Amino acid sequence: MEFFEDWPQYFEVVINWSDRLMAGLWTTIQLTLFGGLLAFVVAVTLGLLAGSPHRWMRIPARILIEFFRGISLVVLLFWLMFVLPQIWMRNPDLPFRDLVYNTFLLGVIALGVNYGAYGAEAVRASLTTVPSGQWEATTALSMSWPHKMRRIIFPQAWALMLPSLANLWVHLLKGSAIAYIMPFVSDFTAELNQLRRPTDIWFSHAFIGLIVYFLLALILTIFMQALEARAKHKLGRGPSLKEILSPAPKAVVPEGSGVKIADSEQEAAGAGSAPAKPEGGVR
Amino acid sequence: MILNLTQAAEIDDPSMVDEEEVRRSPFWDWDFAFDAFPDIFMAFLEVTLLVTVIGSLLAAVLGLVIAILIMVLPKPLAWLVRWVANFIRMTPIVVQLIFVFWAFVWMDALTIGIIVFGVHYATYMSEVYRAGIESVPRGQWEATTALSMSAGRTWRKVVIPQALRSTVPSLGNYAISMFKDTPFLLVIGVAEMVTVAGERGAPVFRTTEVYTIAGLLFLAASYPTAVLINRLEKRLAYAH
Repeated sequence: MEFFEDWPQYFEVVINWSDRLMAGLWTTIQLTLFGGLLAFVVAVTLGLLAGSPHRWMRIPARILIEFFRGISLVVLLFWLMFVLPQIWMRNPDLPFRDLVYNTFLLGVIALGVNYGAYGAEAVRASLTTVPSGQWEATTALSMSWPHKMRRIIFPQAWALMLPSLANLWVHLLKGSAIAYIMPFVSDFTAELNQLRRPTDIWFSHAFIGLIVYFLLALILTIFMQALEARAKHKLGRGPSLKEILSPAPKAVVPEGSGVKIADSEQEAAGAGSAPAKPEGGVR
Repeated sequence: MILNLTQAAEIDDPSMVDEEEVRRSPFWDWDFAFDAFPDIFMAFLEVTLLVTVIGSLLAAVLGLVIAILIMVLPKPLAWLVRWVANFIRMTPIVVQLIFVFWAFVWMDALTIGIIVFGVHYATYMSEVYRAGIESVPRGQWEATTALSMSAGRTWRKVVIPQALRSTVPSLGNYAISMFKDTPFLLVIGVAEMVTVAGERGAPVFRTTEVYTIAGLLFLAASYPTAVLINRLEKRLAYAH
């Protein structure tokens, strides 16, 4: 096993490259955060449009969702990177010329739009899962659309959509690894690939990558589970974060307080400790 | 042995193209599009579809094995299998491809691609199967005990047939998402559709047609399948 013979040399190489690895890691984190933010905005916008009762809003939204979902992430990336700049090459006077050549920005857009389209489906589905009585009540109280969305419908849908959004965010993190093929974006995978030559051990560079991505995904998952617990607590359907985190025995949550909705099974599952529960129909 | 990806990227890099030449050429060239289409379509049939079909079959079988192992094995072993599956599920397929490619250098890149895609999606499909197995009513298990069926017979004849029924649409969705992930194979130099499209366009500095064709092929294949699976899902939901 030459791998074990080469341990010391191997660690030396990794330590020497740690600056670049950290820079790459930071790029990956930025891609994930900005991409996730854009994906969230796209998801909520398209999801609300696709769930609207008006045909002229619903149909364009559906077309956009199906288009960005059906086209592969890599194709979208290549299209933004190689085809879009051609428009600016032919018409140099168009505005935003610099932005089109900014490959990092293009990567964020590709990730955000692709995973945002998946998220839109989750948003739309969770909006339809909010019981119709809640919608009718807002109409009875003659609430305006922004008011009822912000105060009644969205908070309930939010707790329902969070698990799917968490999965999608992990997907986005994993998808961001493909950004390393873009020129001028050296994310974590790109830096790792540089490590291949100096280490030259079969078990070497990519395994670090697997572990680091796994830890990042774990952090994302835990963060999203905390968000979900908080959203449920705000609806009066579960313990608060403080209660979950405290070592003391858990307080019993009084039933029938606050906004109550029928699904008691989900509530029983609560803010579970099991990580990564991918849901079947998300993608 | 492998196609160096950074090199390919450099060729396609817009900064390397003579801008004046590009400005004079049309944005869309139908002749070139028709010229390039057969090559791209062949790559689609030969690599993309092949990886998707064999990878999905592998994932479907392996996923069932993982799901059953987690339920049958004693606790510490089941815990180990579950966390290995979680690890595979939560790490990028791109890095997995690179890892396996350099760990098994003697293997054919296409085989590696099929195995990695199969194993990666098997971890997703195992969750689908788990949900399906859990949805089989308790009474069925109790009935097999009452009839003193062996464990193997219980799984084969009673549990799995009922569990599989509700899983088919979700498995199909994962097959579609595997299909859309196949371009990731370019990181280990497999000549799949998007790579071939890039190679076809690079010598003449034309990217518009080839990448648009690749994207349209993806849409044309994935959208109807998704609609079909959606219908199947609705029909199965009614049947229950």
